Amino acid sequence: MTTGSTERIPPALRTEALEQLLTERGLIDPDTMDRIITTYETNVGPLNGAKVVARAWTDPEYRRWLLDDGTAAIRELGYVGRQAEHIVVVENTATTHNVVVCTLCSCYPWSVLGLPPSWYKDPAYRARMVREPRRVLSEMGLDLADDVRITVHDSSSEVRWLVLPERPAGTEGLTAEQLVPLVTRDAMVGVAKVKAP
Amino acid sequence: MDGIADMGGTEGWGPAHPPRGDEPVFEEAWQGRAFALTLLSEGASGYNVDAFRHALERLDRTAYLDDGYYGRWLNAAELMLTDTAILAPDAIDARARNLRGERVEEPPIPEPARPGHAPAAEGSLRTVDAAPAFATGERVRAKDMSPPGHTRLAGYVRGHTGVVALIQPAAVLPDTNAHFLGENPQYVYSVRFDSRELWGADAEPFTLTVELFESYLEEPA
Repeated sequence: MTTGSTERIPPALRTEALEQLLTERGLIDPDTMDRIITTYETNVGPLNGAKVVARAWTDPEYRRWLLDDGTAAIRELGYVGRQAEHIVVVENTATTHNVVVCTLCSCYPWSVLGLPPSWYKDPAYRARMVREPRRVLSEMGLDLADDVRITVHDSSSEVRWLVLPERPAGTEGLTAEQLVPLVTRDAMVGVAKVKAP
Repeated sequence: MDGIADMGGTEGWGPAHPPRGDEPVFEEAWQGRAFALTLLSEGASGYNVDAFRHALERLDRTAYLDDGYYGRWLNAAELMLTDTAILAPDAIDARARNLRGERVEEPPIPEPARPGHAPAAEGSLRTVDAAPAFATGERVRAKDMSPPGHTRLAGYVRGHTGVVALIQPAAVLPDTNAHFLGENPQYVYSVRFDSRELWGADAEPFTLTVELFESYLEEPA
């Protein structure tokens, strides 16, 4: 990016070049790189958050704890790591809707949701969610009734926000294990609702 | 600083994109490698997360936007490594050209100059002796200031008045930590704003909360 040339070098090639430069000087270990990539591709993802939500839906005491001290209640299930020092959980209901954004970068609760999806990092989402959330949600496929109160949470510090979605009607007979696959990443950020199977 | 990264409320980005259920974590293999390389470059250069975010916000519009999120990370990694003279400014591009068969001379390896920076503890949370300056329910105003360096005081709330919704744990102040000028830990407040306070009488009705460090806040006039 700093050469005098006007031709841009593709990022894939620049990434390969950087990896070579740092590896040949012993500044990074390729095995460590591979471990980081594997961790976020396979181990740390929205399934963690879905288990938290399903537990809260089926265990009233856990739900109260989660809403009162999200950090501790999530740690109890073993989800720790980067981007999870302090987590606040907010509950969506039929009349209140929470949605999370990071306008300054793309802060996101990695330990429970994994790395952020492309729509969360998109400039349109970052710029507009704090200005016209009802319209943005509608563009993303979620039309909220006029009497639903919207609260937008802009994550501008190390505090991370997780949405506890509303449990859908018709799932009263399901166990926590059966509920887990219904809970989507999008619902835990607040751009969708959880649907009954 | 007032740069491309401070996007809240800005216009001209087009519609939001509906979520895709089948999106892979990394759409292309290089993105995963750029992600891991950036995390490791932060450590190799002796930087911290705030200095990394400041590297991101110092990128020009092209470097910030054109190759997406992980392209932005790669460019910030390059900035952290050239800032600290671990890499020469043209080292990555020269190696990339050689990788595709050009024969260009690579710049010599400079003498690294990492910041002499050691965190007081892991992570960003700290304990402070003082009591919080503001109470839950108290009206507070986000200062109308435009610091030249790193800040997490988003432009769209500056000068506006809200109410303290939650007092969050004290944390390292990004504004000084990003520049290795000390951790300066202080309370963080989730401040609640009415949309009409931020965007005028015709705004969509909604509530917004945003985390603001104690030194970003003042009593309303």
